[in-house]
Amino acid sequence: MIQLKKVTKRFDGPKGKVTALDEISIDMPSGELLAISGPSGCGKTTLLLAASGMLRPDSGDVRLMDGYRPYDLSPEQRSRMRADLIGFVFQQFHLIPYLTVKENIIAPSLSLSNQNPEQRARELIARFGLQERDDHLPSQLSTGERQRTALARALFNQPKIIFADEPTGNLDDENAEIVLNHLRDYTAEGGSVLLVTHNAKAADYATRTLKMKNGRLM
Amino acid sequence: MKIRHLVTREILHRKLNFALSVFATLIATAALIGSVVLLRMHDARTHSILQTKEAELQVRMEKLNDDTRKSMLKLGFNLVILPRDQDLADWYADDYSTKYMPESYVDRLAESDIVSVRHILPSLQQKIRWPERKRTIILMGTRGEVPNLHLSPQKPLVQPVPEGTIILGHELHQSMGIDVGENVRLLGRNFAVTTCYPERGNKDDITAWISLKEAQELLGKEGLINAILALECLCTGNALPIIRKEVAAILPGTQVIERGSRALARAEARNQVAEEAATTLENEKRGRGNLRAERERMASILVPVILLTCALWVALMAFINVRSRREEIGILRTVGVSAKRIFFLFVWKHISIGLLGGFLGLILGSIPMLLLSNGDSAAALEDVGSFPFWLGMGALAIVGASLLAVIAGWIPALIAARQDPAEVMREE
Repeated sequence: MIQLKKVTKRFDGPKGKVTALDEISIDMPSGELLAISGPSGCGKTTLLLAASGMLRPDSGDVRLMDGYRPYDLSPEQRSRMRADLIGFVFQQFHLIPYLTVKENIIAPSLSLSNQNPEQRARELIARFGLQERDDHLPSQLSTGERQRTALARALFNQPKIIFADEPTGNLDDENAEIVLNHLRDYTAEGGSVLLVTHNAKAADYATRTLKMKNGRLM
Repeated sequence: MKIRHLVTREILHRKLNFALSVFATLIATAALIGSVVLLRMHDARTHSILQTKEAELQVRMEKLNDDTRKSMLKLGFNLVILPRDQDLADWYADDYSTKYMPESYVDRLAESDIVSVRHILPSLQQKIRWPERKRTIILMGTRGEVPNLHLSPQKPLVQPVPEGTIILGHELHQSMGIDVGENVRLLGRNFAVTTCYPERGNKDDITAWISLKEAQELLGKEGLINAILALECLCTGNALPIIRKEVAAILPGTQVIERGSRALARAEARNQVAEEAATTLENEKRGRGNLRAERERMASILVPVILLTCALWVALMAFINVRSRREEIGILRTVGVSAKRIFFLFVWKHISIGLLGGFLGLILGSIPMLLLSNGDSAAALEDVGSFPFWLGMGALAIVGASLLAVIAGWIPALIAARQDPAEVMREE
């Protein structure tokens, strides 16, 4: 499902090159919820972006579903691949502020001609318990509702993989539990989740947990 | 979700940015449309002014023509029929003929079927010494008008001088202290003064008029005359040769000359007035043309400056918009929206700005015309242009404004499309 081989990524820093990923290799089969934990700045987000085809590594190989090499694709094809295969969930939710809950969930249909986006949105709204909030703007939602909306949006195109970057970072325990339960349910349905977090509880929901420090897996 | 839906929601969310962009597009369109409309209004006004002036000139010319025609009818051309052997140089110098022709010529002319010669006046005129008064005078013998038998009777212009009477010019009666009713002796014959003419300022002032018969007797020229004056001839300019031919056929051995006529002077005056009016009209045309050229020049400088400023303003608004939508663009890219679609998202927004700005600019640009229409906006609309013209203006406003907005937003849209979503996500 996800294969990373000796993936390395360096950034220019004020004191020279900073190695964010240092020859990271991961082999992650379908249906797995892989949690990667570690302190802030250890390279978790960089790993997630590199694995999702968003950030080209300096070296190493990345393969996704069916052997896709995202960095061999053109930018347009990579966008298409993300729309087809991948969902993202972020700590900051990244909801579009002027769209309602329902519209935010439907937003990925801009990239794909979904047959019945309204129907799909209704299903997700019901699944995430947002029926009462579907015409609310993000600013009118609680943090838990915002994250559920973001999760619903990530699932809109029925992706094969979800990349989740600290999805519970801004949530209270109750809402964090709801989100993690949804992610676990998703893997139970055959999806894969690469979850980067420093939430210790997330490990309880993961099928596997890896620790990361200074750009390396421990 | 459709792009237009996202664009609409974003516009409603960032109203100020949108409104400022629309305002800039509106100003650019209004400047363009306004300048075209004002120039067209200028043309229409010029056309109207020139039409009015031409109409006034036409009326004036018609009146002048009418006046001239009346003058011609009243005065006609004055012709003098002289013996052929009369040297015209002498005649012009002395203003009377030294050669003679039979008085019967007058009757022949009157009995002929010539219709172009009216009011026939035979005369015998000679400069003489008035021995009794020791003065040189011009003695004019006249028998008054000889009616033309082929023309309907007309009131004679000149009355005959009865025998035994005399008419004196101003200088004669004034210098000699002669009054009407007195008797004077001329060449040994007594005459009663019946008329004393007021001053005319020409040789008439030293002329004495007596009957033709008495003049012939006093001068020893019985049965002879030396000029036939034809007044109010029905001829104009080019017809004179024809009259000469006609008179020559009736009165061989004569010559016809034209005396300066007041009608001619009036015709000349009329022509001069016409020329002056035409010059005035031409000056008005030139003045309006210069004013238009100046306005056009001003518009050709101002409009591009305004267009450029507005385009820069729209571009600035677009940059600000792209900057403020950095996160949003990042997330859209992350969920798989292609760079091309992001680009079209901004282009679509700028088309919306252009459409709205163009429409409002068309209205704003047309307002000066409505303000200057004196309340008759329909007539003003028609003056400026026909329906196809306004259709063209509408298309220019809408398409032009959309193009301006899209071009101004092109680079910001490209920047948005090329934005690296990973960078945004990492920053967040």
